[in-house]
Amino acid sequence: MNAVYGWLLLLPAMVLLIAFTHYPALSTLWHSFFSTPRGARPARFVGMDNYAAMIDDPVFWEALWNNLYFALGTIPLSILLALIMALWVNGKLHGRGFLRMAYFTPTVLPMVAVANIWLFFYTPQYGLLDQIGQFLGFPAVNWLGNRDTVLPAIMAVTVWKEAGFFMIFYLAALQQMSPSVREAALLEGASRWQYFWRILLPLLMPTTLFVLINALINAFRVVDQIVVMTGGGPDNASMLLLFYIYQAGFRFWDSAYAATLTVVLLVILGITALVNFNWLDRKTHYQ
Amino acid sequence: MKTTWLDTLGAWLLGLLWFLPLAYTVWAAFHPSAYATRFDLTAPLTLDNFVAAWNAAPFAHYFLNTFMLVTMVLAAQFVLCTLAAYAFARFEFRGKDFMFMLVLLQLMIMPDVLIVENYREMSWLGVNDTIFAVGLPYFASAFGIFLLRQTFKTVPRELEEVARVEGAGPWTILMRIYVPLARPIYVAYGLVSVSYHWNNFLWPLIITKSVTTRPITVGLQVFAASDQGIDWSIITAATLLSAAPLLVAFLLFQRQFVQSFMRAGIR
Repeated sequence: MNAVYGWLLLLPAMVLLIAFTHYPALSTLWHSFFSTPRGARPARFVGMDNYAAMIDDPVFWEALWNNLYFALGTIPLSILLALIMALWVNGKLHGRGFLRMAYFTPTVLPMVAVANIWLFFYTPQYGLLDQIGQFLGFPAVNWLGNRDTVLPAIMAVTVWKEAGFFMIFYLAALQQMSPSVREAALLEGASRWQYFWRILLPLLMPTTLFVLINALINAFRVVDQIVVMTGGGPDNASMLLLFYIYQAGFRFWDSAYAATLTVVLLVILGITALVNFNWLDRKTHYQ
Repeated sequence: MKTTWLDTLGAWLLGLLWFLPLAYTVWAAFHPSAYATRFDLTAPLTLDNFVAAWNAAPFAHYFLNTFMLVTMVLAAQFVLCTLAAYAFARFEFRGKDFMFMLVLLQLMIMPDVLIVENYREMSWLGVNDTIFAVGLPYFASAFGIFLLRQTFKTVPRELEEVARVEGAGPWTILMRIYVPLARPIYVAYGLVSVSYHWNNFLWPLIITKSVTTRPITVGLQVFAASDQGIDWSIITAATLLSAAPLLVAFLLFQRQFVQSFMRAGIR
């Protein structure tokens, strides 16, 4: 009886979860072995052809490398800033309320809105950045139109938006920490740096891990900024995986190739998931 | 930690750096476009940019769409996640652990990345270009189920025993004991969910194509991307407009927002 109740309670959520997460994940894999149906020609089984085409596709590799570069460029910086922000906001600074608001506000704004604002900053000559640059005597830079600057420019937007979000997790961890830990450390004569490196940082390790995994998943789902700011350009220099999937699936209507690319993304997310499961297992022992 | 003046200085520099883009947006939106990049304290204030933006695109409709979307998603999530979390927290049945694994999987593989197949499914269901289709993949949320399950597990069993002795069934116990006790978590989850779906972009961009279904984020993008002799003052006004309800709510209930995100984060 109990079991029947349990299943009945679970059923509606499970049906929807499977319909829009597990089933599409599997059907992505299935469709990656078929050709895209076009006009009167139905999809036919092509084996690994889509994967072979993907491996020969320089844009795919560029998207993949860009994504890795993007993750490396944004995650450590966001996490570092988040930790510093949390330490500051948690302390007894003047204007703590304003600072917390300033750090956190970008998080509640839509990425589309944020990207539009920054698009304006980056506009050559007329934009804010170049205005400041000209004032200081620097030459105008086409931030989003240059292969070398386009990804860093988008990374800056991402860090600006994400750091305050990660700060919250550190803040939560810091506020749960007993003050006696600090008192004991200081009583033993630990310096501020020793306290930070030897005690605070290790105690914050679970939070860091949690934030890291979240940041990794986010880094491979970045797409809004690209749609608004660059469309993957110039010359694919800001092409990221999810944007490439979007382009293949909904600009070129090549659903088979989009499915193949999605499989790669799912594998990447799956690896992250495995790491996370191992960690979650360990964490639940505490609860 | 003891703070020095150096901390204060650093914190404020970073705070101003973080605040500047927003402050600048407000400046551009409330001044004539001639002052968009000229900072003159005597510049006249104006609401013309907002009026122009409001008249140039059907923002009222977009707002209505977003409002309906977040309400629908939130209602569905509350009901579905509560039921599932109750099952995971307080019922024993075969395959429970496996089901829970399947739920957790969605934390990593969100519907956001399965756009191609979900689009196919929506076409098959015949709900393309509806607000319902924008929300549907998010109704069952792994995050919500996990959060509520953890909360329900902390409720003392004795409370439930007492209610059962008095003849309450599982449904009454859920509604009278578990749900009221988890109220702060519902608020926290609600805020996180509303801000997520208010800001969601890629999936609505794909699945909607008319004024009557597009949420505000997609509407803003359609507006900003249409080449109408780019007037940045009007675009910043439209941008502020699209974020305004959430932003105002955040500024008014800042403490609750931050605490809610924290509450949702530590579990």
